[in-house]
Amino acid sequence: MTHAWIQNILFLVLLLALAVPLGPFIAKVMEGERTFLHPVLGPVERGFYRLMGISGEEDMGWKTYAWAITLFNLLGIAAVFLLQKIQAVPVLNPEAMVKVPTDLAFNTAVSFTTNTNWQAYGGETTLSYLTQMLGLTVQNFLSAATGIAVLVALIRGLVRRTADGIGNAWADLIRSTLYVLLPLSLVIALLLVSQGAIQNFSAYVHTASGQIIAMGPAASQVAIKMLGTNGGGFFNANSAHPFENPTAFSNLIHMLAIFVIPTALCLTFGRMVKDKRQGWALLAAMTVIFVGALAVTTWAEAKGNPGLKALPVDQVVSVQQGGGNMEGKEVRFGTGATSLFATITTAASCGAVNGQHDSFTPLGGLVPLWLIELGEVAFGGVGSGLYGMLMFALVGVFIGGLMVGRTPEYLGKKIEAFEMKMASIAILLPSAAILLGTAVAVLLPVATASVSNPGPHGFTQILYAFSSATQNNGSAFGGLSANIPFYNYGLALAMIVGRFGVIFPVLAIAGSLGSKKATPESLGTLPTHTPLFVGVLVSVVLLVGALTYLPALALGPIAEQLSLRGVTR
Amino acid sequence: MTSHSRQDIQARPLFEPSIVRRAVGDAFRKLNPLHQLRNPVMFTVWVCSAATTGLWLQALGGHGEARPTFILAIALWLWFTLLFANFAEAMAEGRGKAQADSLRKSRKDVQAKKLKGTEKKGPTELVAASSLRMGDIVLVEAGDQIPGDGEVIDGVASVNESAITGESAPVIRESGGDRSAVTGGTVVLSDWLVVSITTNPGETFLDRMIAMVEGAKRQKTPNEIALDILLAGLTIVFLLATATLLPYSIFSVKAAGQGAPVTLTVLVALLVCLIPTTIGGLLSAIGIAGMDRMIQANVIATSGRAVEAAGDVDVLLLDKTGTITLGNREAVAFVPADGVTVEALADAAQLSSLADETPEGRSIVVLAKEKYGLRERDLHALDAHFVPFTAQTRMSGVNLGTREIRKGAASSIETFVESKGGRFPKELREAVDAISKAGGTPLVVAEGAHPLGVIHLKDIVKGGIKERFAELRSMGIKTVMITGDNPLTAAAIAAEAGVDDFLAQATPEDKLKLIREYQAGGRLVAMTGDGTNDAPALAQADVAVAMNSGTQAAKEAGNMVDLDSNPTKLIEIVEIGKQLLMTRGSLTTFSISNDVAKYFAILPAAFAATYPALGALNIMGLHSPESAILSAVIFNALIIVVLIPLALRGVKYRAVGAAQLLKRNLLIYGLGGLVVPFAGIKAIDWLLVATHLI
Amino acid sequence: MNLQLRPALVSFVALSILTGLAYPVLVAGLAKVIFPRQAAGSLLHKDGKVIGSELIGQSFTDPGHFWGRPSATSGPDGKPLPYNGGNSGGSNLASSNPDLKKAVEERIAILKAADVEQQGPVPVDLVTASGSGLDPHISPAAAAFQVHRVAKARGLDEATVRALVETRTEPPQFGVLGDACVNVLKLNMDLDGLR
Repeated sequence: MTHAWIQNILFLVLLLALAVPLGPFIAKVMEGERTFLHPVLGPVERGFYRLMGISGEEDMGWKTYAWAITLFNLLGIAAVFLLQKIQAVPVLNPEAMVKVPTDLAFNTAVSFTTNTNWQAYGGETTLSYLTQMLGLTVQNFLSAATGIAVLVALIRGLVRRTADGIGNAWADLIRSTLYVLLPLSLVIALLLVSQGAIQNFSAYVHTASGQIIAMGPAASQVAIKMLGTNGGGFFNANSAHPFENPTAFSNLIHMLAIFVIPTALCLTFGRMVKDKRQGWALLAAMTVIFVGALAVTTWAEAKGNPGLKALPVDQVVSVQQGGGNMEGKEVRFGTGATSLFATITTAASCGAVNGQHDSFTPLGGLVPLWLIELGEVAFGGVGSGLYGMLMFALVGVFIGGLMVGRTPEYLGKKIEAFEMKMASIAILLPSAAILLGTAVAVLLPVATASVSNPGPHGFTQILYAFSSATQNNGSAFGGLSANIPFYNYGLALAMIVGRFGVIFPVLAIAGSLGSKKATPESLGTLPTHTPLFVGVLVSVVLLVGALTYLPALALGPIAEQLSLRGVTR
Repeated sequence: MTSHSRQDIQARPLFEPSIVRRAVGDAFRKLNPLHQLRNPVMFTVWVCSAATTGLWLQALGGHGEARPTFILAIALWLWFTLLFANFAEAMAEGRGKAQADSLRKSRKDVQAKKLKGTEKKGPTELVAASSLRMGDIVLVEAGDQIPGDGEVIDGVASVNESAITGESAPVIRESGGDRSAVTGGTVVLSDWLVVSITTNPGETFLDRMIAMVEGAKRQKTPNEIALDILLAGLTIVFLLATATLLPYSIFSVKAAGQGAPVTLTVLVALLVCLIPTTIGGLLSAIGIAGMDRMIQANVIATSGRAVEAAGDVDVLLLDKTGTITLGNREAVAFVPADGVTVEALADAAQLSSLADETPEGRSIVVLAKEKYGLRERDLHALDAHFVPFTAQTRMSGVNLGTREIRKGAASSIETFVESKGGRFPKELREAVDAISKAGGTPLVVAEGAHPLGVIHLKDIVKGGIKERFAELRSMGIKTVMITGDNPLTAAAIAAEAGVDDFLAQATPEDKLKLIREYQAGGRLVAMTGDGTNDAPALAQADVAVAMNSGTQAAKEAGNMVDLDSNPTKLIEIVEIGKQLLMTRGSLTTFSISNDVAKYFAILPAAFAATYPALGALNIMGLHSPESAILSAVIFNALIIVVLIPLALRGVKYRAVGAAQLLKRNLLIYGLGGLVVPFAGIKAIDWLLVATHLI
Repeated sequence: MNLQLRPALVSFVALSILTGLAYPVLVAGLAKVIFPRQAAGSLLHKDGKVIGSELIGQSFTDPGHFWGRPSATSGPDGKPLPYNGGNSGGSNLASSNPDLKKAVEERIAILKAADVEQQGPVPVDLVTASGSGLDPHISPAAAAFQVHRVAKARGLDEATVRALVETRTEPPQFGVLGDACVNVLKLNMDLDGLR
């Protein structure tokens, strides 16, 4: 455990060290200021605008902005769907993958466009290299860019006063892709290759002894799947696969890549609202939730599987072995690095896994599930984590503001009925999709037949699926056989609700806040940069999350954990 | 004009028997579902109550999902939950109505001398001021209060309008020209006026306010609407969380191979316990009680929105006179002219003021006595003849035999002295200017052709006002003093009073401009006003308190009326506004925090049969599943009753910064809300078992 | 609204080409130049033939080799095919699943049957399936557990085998990252090389 915590703390320190310069850099990029990359990429950006017939400067109202984002995402869904349907063409398809069934193709198209990367398929058995590159890798970039764009639009809403527009969606999408996502991905991809991640276009290798070894351009896709908090593995085993994540160091890069942009965006936020403390406060709230969750997972997984206590199995952590609950985990990571990874990937909306969550202890698995259900706001997805957290901040400010006797305001903007309506929708819709989706599934025999584990764990598998899809995480309790039409369509619907059911209200709030005047801060204003507010924010997130999901969790992991504990007693 | 005694209104116990009786009846009347529709949370409770009643009837028929007595107990307590919420609302309304009644009763009329024609000499008839109609002609003589807003059609008089303009010096009102408008509540000091009344009875601000307080058509305020949306959102979340439990439970029973799916009764009970019934049930009571508290402070708000806005105020514009300084000035020094002893000046000043009953006059007599040992003398014994202040001479004084002592503004005395063949010395003029510059008012005294010196009159800052402003500052509210004085005078007083800023030589236009500037900067501005020329500024301000003594125009433009006409009231108004919002926020927090304990009561009770291990969640050690669920429901209903006094009185406001306030309220209502129900539910469970009710 | 159509189409196509073709090809090109071995899969050759990848575990079941971790991968027919590098994945058995307990019991039985003298508790990683099904590593404890069996089967001195294990033991990377592990394929190749 000490070893695990040294690793955990090292991770947090490195994360901060990387985020501190990146945050202001992203702010500069999104505000159109010159950076050191502009001499190279500036002409590319201008070339894009020329081709598109825009200047990149036109301000959009929130509705136009939302329409642009929608259009862009619809094109993404269509493109990924079509690529899967025509993938039999012999272009970058050495293993002669055939066209993907319609329900699965639709699910995958929606999944990657919504930054979910739920995978009802195995990469190495289903998709051609062309589909992986031109379909999935592209959406890994563009869905992340969408997240950043929406977040930046919201920040502009908070910053601007009596403004009509919240920025230009095209410029936001292009700038974040060009200056932030692409250069970082390139560096990360090469770092991963140095550790042993593969990047080639060869056919699968057949060894002398007859073992088949899958190949492909993995590193380039893995880099952006982490960086963009997408999480869709090139291979079925995702980041547990030695070709995606060969060493403990590559594992560290994976984890840092997931969190670095969400962390940096807090600082971007602080810079853009011209009050760095505000960004730090949000980051602090996220860190509190994350570290608490991490402590539980790390503890639960290191303790090992209570169900195996009666057997002559040594689960004790020692110098000689990582020990703990090793089912579904890799030895090179151990339970420490796997618990850390699992907490990161679900605190963010990444969903890449370096171990099988289904085989976690009930408590160790409850934490990732609950983090997802909280809305992935502890760091969260690229952009989506912070705009999700800001929705909670609005609710926190609303209640906290009332408690100090003022009409609530956040960063000088009054939080009124319209904002509360939209924030409520943004919090409500995902909950509805998760709870109703699970309810429908547990009643349908065709859906419950997919469950692979007995007792309360079977329920958790379905709950996890709808939680993961709705909150655009993408990780799974993988035992659930999700590649059936019910789940392919049902979960795709959940992904759309979870993605756009939040994006639209967020943009509406951006528009509404942007059109308001700002009230200057005074002693009577609820301060939103203090430890006290951090406490309020954390409480709101945890309370809403607990109250919404406690009954469901009681019938899943809580019942399982308590039963399992009972058995061993 | 009306006036009233404040005691009638304030001394009202929280649960006055007559109001309680009426409220109990209203609580049942409000069970009408149409009434409940206004409040999504309580409407949900209504539906749940009806549903469980149906389940009970079904159980009586022998097809029930649980023991009929259990279902009945749940159903009854759900109805009680509704009744308690209704009772809270009815209590608040009842108190509002009672206050309106006492307002009306306490109205006391000022008498007006109504003229038959327009001639001053014509016969007059004494009538109540409130009965005056537009176009009525009244005579107002020295010492009378002007009975209503009107137009001077005859006469010239000096009128004390200090209550309105803040200027303590009397003003001249005469027919014709731009000095013909008079305002109700102002007092004629000398001479007489014939006034044509310009407003009708029953149209006064107060009349309309009483109607509003009584009216049941209370509009929801913006913040209330926003909170309602949040509460509705939470209700939907909990509806989803509980409704989906049925399929989850069905699946779990199959997976575990034991137990039975959760009953509808239990789900309904869980739902009602989880949705924010505490705040939902008390929300409208809190709003009404906020208006009531305003009325208790003798302030009538035109809308709940104004009360709410009061809590948000960032800037207070305060008139100097009456708010920051006492309405009248006080003599603080005698500055003799060359060749005159200060005793001689003091003596003359006192003589000239002996018959002067204005506060300034009294203060001169007092100063002379205290500083120079000059005792008051009997005017009759001196064969003195008092010369009152008139609009024509603008001086007052006394004639002692041949001695003609006069005091007045420098220019008036100069005219007087010169008319007697004297000369106004340069040094004296310098002394006059020096006093002006120091923020004082110079009053020159002369005897015949000889100017004797100057009396230094000074504004007196009210006691304790500086501390009050410091408090406001700690609340984050900026104070700005508005005065007609010159900047030097204003600065001196502003420094003494401790205001943050001041606006000197303020014209109504300046005031309006200042408000707009603050508002453009995103600030909410509150002000008081009473003069007609305040109307534009009042209309512009976010919280505009018109003095009841002020003009009709001012009252129309403002969104509150202070019946006491006390400009300091603004501070109290801000506090009441904050209190209203704080009560809402605190009870919302309390309500939501309560849910944690309810989960620990109900979840193990509902599912322990399917997964016995979940019994471990019964950390309160409740007796049985039925007693656990019933205890939670009963707690949920009773807590509304327990919190009614808090809803009606409001959460106590302290003038501290927002951060401290939040910490305090979070501790009490957040942490308290988390802990209290654990104890409460356990206690109810224990009682149920002890009394063999379960 | 339709004003956005052209920018949408153009930006989508251009960004797709940039991120979906140019970027992976660029990475592949750079990787080929800088890290050619890794980019191609860290393949191990023997006699000009590929015998595997040092990163992908292989199935060993004979007593003379170190065994890797149980693998839950399956073949194209859906039947269990351990260490199938063409279809990675874990067992996804829940902690509470009786099947997991049963599987672990069976694995313990097999391990103990293969070496009746080794009756100590089994290191957990040796009886639980890995996440990828391709885990190339076992823990040093799991290697130590097998030393007696391997030495006996090969007629080697236990100390020799133990020394070999020691040289193949990789400590946590940089001393802090991950857990100590032993690459089974490389260890077995070393063993085979002893002959």
